[in-house]
Amino acid sequence: MKRFLETINVRELLQPLAQMILFSLGSGAVLSVIVILLALLLDQTAAGQFLLERNKVTILTYTLVNLPQVVLDGLTIGFVYAAIALGYTMVYGVLEFINFAHSEIFAVGAFVGVEFLILLKSFEIIPATSLFMSYLWLIAAILAAMFVAGLLAVSVERIAYRPLRGAPRLVPLISAIGVSFFLQDAIRLIESLTTGQFHRIIPSFGNFDERLVFSKIALGASTIELGIQVKSIIVIVAAMLMLIGLNYLVNATKVGRAIRAVAQDRSTASLMGIDVNRIISLTFLIGGTLGGAAGVLYALKFTRIDPFVGFFPGLKAFTAAVLGGIGNLTGALLGGIVLGMLETFAGAYMSAFTMGAAGAEYKDIFAFSILILVLIFRPHGLMGENVTQKA
Amino acid sequence: MKRVIAVLSLLVVASLMLAACAPASGTSGEEGASVKTIKIASQSPLSGGQSGVGVDIKNGAALALEQLGGPLAEMGYKVELAPFDDQANPDNGVANAKQIVSDPAILCVVGHYNSGVQIPSSEEYHSAGLANVSPANTNPRVTDRGYLEVNRIVGRDDVQGVVGANFAQSQGIKSVFIVHDKTAYGQGVAEFFKQQAEANGMEVLGFEGTEEKANFDALTGSIMAAQPDMVYFGGMFDQSGVLFKQAREKGYMGVFMGPDGQDSSELVNIAGPALLDGGGMFYSTVSGPASVYPGTAKFISDFKTKFGADPQPFAAQAYDSMAICLKAIENAAKESGSETPTREAVTKAVRALKDFPGITGTFTFNGVGDPQTAQYFVIQVKSSDPAKWGENAVVQTLDIAPPSK
Repeated sequence: MKRFLETINVRELLQPLAQMILFSLGSGAVLSVIVILLALLLDQTAAGQFLLERNKVTILTYTLVNLPQVVLDGLTIGFVYAAIALGYTMVYGVLEFINFAHSEIFAVGAFVGVEFLILLKSFEIIPATSLFMSYLWLIAAILAAMFVAGLLAVSVERIAYRPLRGAPRLVPLISAIGVSFFLQDAIRLIESLTTGQFHRIIPSFGNFDERLVFSKIALGASTIELGIQVKSIIVIVAAMLMLIGLNYLVNATKVGRAIRAVAQDRSTASLMGIDVNRIISLTFLIGGTLGGAAGVLYALKFTRIDPFVGFFPGLKAFTAAVLGGIGNLTGALLGGIVLGMLETFAGAYMSAFTMGAAGAEYKDIFAFSILILVLIFRPHGLMGENVTQKA
Repeated sequence: MKRVIAVLSLLVVASLMLAACAPASGTSGEEGASVKTIKIASQSPLSGGQSGVGVDIKNGAALALEQLGGPLAEMGYKVELAPFDDQANPDNGVANAKQIVSDPAILCVVGHYNSGVQIPSSEEYHSAGLANVSPANTNPRVTDRGYLEVNRIVGRDDVQGVVGANFAQSQGIKSVFIVHDKTAYGQGVAEFFKQQAEANGMEVLGFEGTEEKANFDALTGSIMAAQPDMVYFGGMFDQSGVLFKQAREKGYMGVFMGPDGQDSSELVNIAGPALLDGGGMFYSTVSGPASVYPGTAKFISDFKTKFGADPQPFAAQAYDSMAICLKAIENAAKESGSETPTREAVTKAVRALKDFPGITGTFTFNGVGDPQTAQYFVIQVKSSDPAKWGENAVVQTLDIAPPSK
């Protein structure tokens, strides 16, 4: 046992954990300070008056009351983006091409997990089961999704990308877009075979829908409620575990060293006796399993999935990967958290700060404008300087 | 050689798929002069999130054709239903409409479910002079364009929004947060609701459009901050169910309300007990549960025998729309003698019907194709079991004539 512990590189376990906490707290704090400053600025202006008239609260109170929930929501969706972004960034690190089919791998994962739970429900195993078993079944659903999504990602690589390995950079990109459409319609076809409906609702079971309220703080006429949904905790914890596991795999194991070697220089790596094709397949397997698990987490959080469910999360995760510096694992993590936070903050506060002129529907415009600004000043993304040390 | 075989097999697969996708054609026309074929098209979402209601619109129409097609068969016509899937999407609806108008055997269209699909599609029917009887479209623009071809047998959103807002006021609602789905239907009815709510002295704390289907965090945040007595969703159940569930999960305990787009058992399948907690959920509609109409007892039992489940909302209206098409074609055929009636004659015959006895009411169309009076209901969700959707409580029933301009 002691020898086993010695072989574990504790630093590689703790470092990503510390990074995640740092990124979450950091982005949460920065954005909170910004909105509070904005609220103070706007308090005496027309925007503040408007809110005072409409909702009977000052803009500062409004901001503070919302803040805890906004930060939690941002974190939850941020970790989902991060888990998907890792799939994009790993493949980019190794092959320098963007696997646009990854968003459909995510969707397939979501469907496998949800269908598994629906099957359990049809056998009446859930929801009438103990809390412990509910968690086990959820884990089983996630594992099933990881398995199928991972295998699918590997087969997509084998069928659609490997034959194009030597082709110009654009060719596999177009192949990836084709695969993406194919998978979308394949899910649509398979899911609509029985009823003609191709969306699915995740069954409610366990205590995932419940909300834990820690405390209530009175603030003038309104109260700040500090609480979190159980499923948000599950999403965050599961995503954290996956990210730590991945980081350990890439940075502290022999396989990880091989992946990094292939990423740095494919031909030299093969001269050193690394089976490049196997490592590339493995990269897709890892990216696919992470995407599949993220799919189930997404379905758990947001209830309803359809074959096109992967499109927006996929696009945003890709953006997150670029924002963090594509090809860089830590960057994808940071990018995911920052993008999730930005988007949720924009959605929650734009309406109040613009007197209702630009509502929550414009949150993406805001989030992506920030992205463009960041990329103008840091073209390699936030973690840009590390970009030479890929994957 | 290997490559040739691969290409060949791909071609075979592709041609098989094409063959499978092509509409079943070649059944009409060959029998010659003895049997003349007439087709009646239906357009509704047969696949996708709204297919539950859409499929039953097609089934309601099919049942009507089976039960009421007798008189035309006696006159020597073979009447067929040509169902089309508009996927609740304007692009698909218009593409189907082009296909429909190019088939000369089609004399009447029953459809659509979504106003946002009906409005562009009916431009095609209008330019081809093809009659369209709508079982479910409530947006004012459906008939306000004044097309002779377009008729509907249900009420209008400029009345429905008012009914909803007046009901909210009668429940003591003081403030409301309005969300809509940015479609012609959803945004339209939300705006009528908003106007009347403001006229009634309620505070409108927010008016937001969203095409989001999953992550409503930003909206629920705004709702929680505003703490309205009621959240009104102008749009369809597949979006609102998710929004309502997420709002309850964040601790919102007020009343939910929406227009007839909320009327589907799928809503409760998505949102579950969230619709019963707190202030509960109400919806206004132009189509009561099939059981409120005196004439529908037989329809419900026939529908159950044939399709194995209770009819979804608007199935009975689809039955009536088909009945109106059949009657109009019959009248037109009587006038034209041995000739198959023209589209123009059928279009005129639909509008000319007086006091047509349907199962959901007696229909006479006014100058623009609205029914002379339409029924409006306010219904409260009573059970979190989707199978019991039909047992929701009707809390208000009103007969209102369309607004005159």
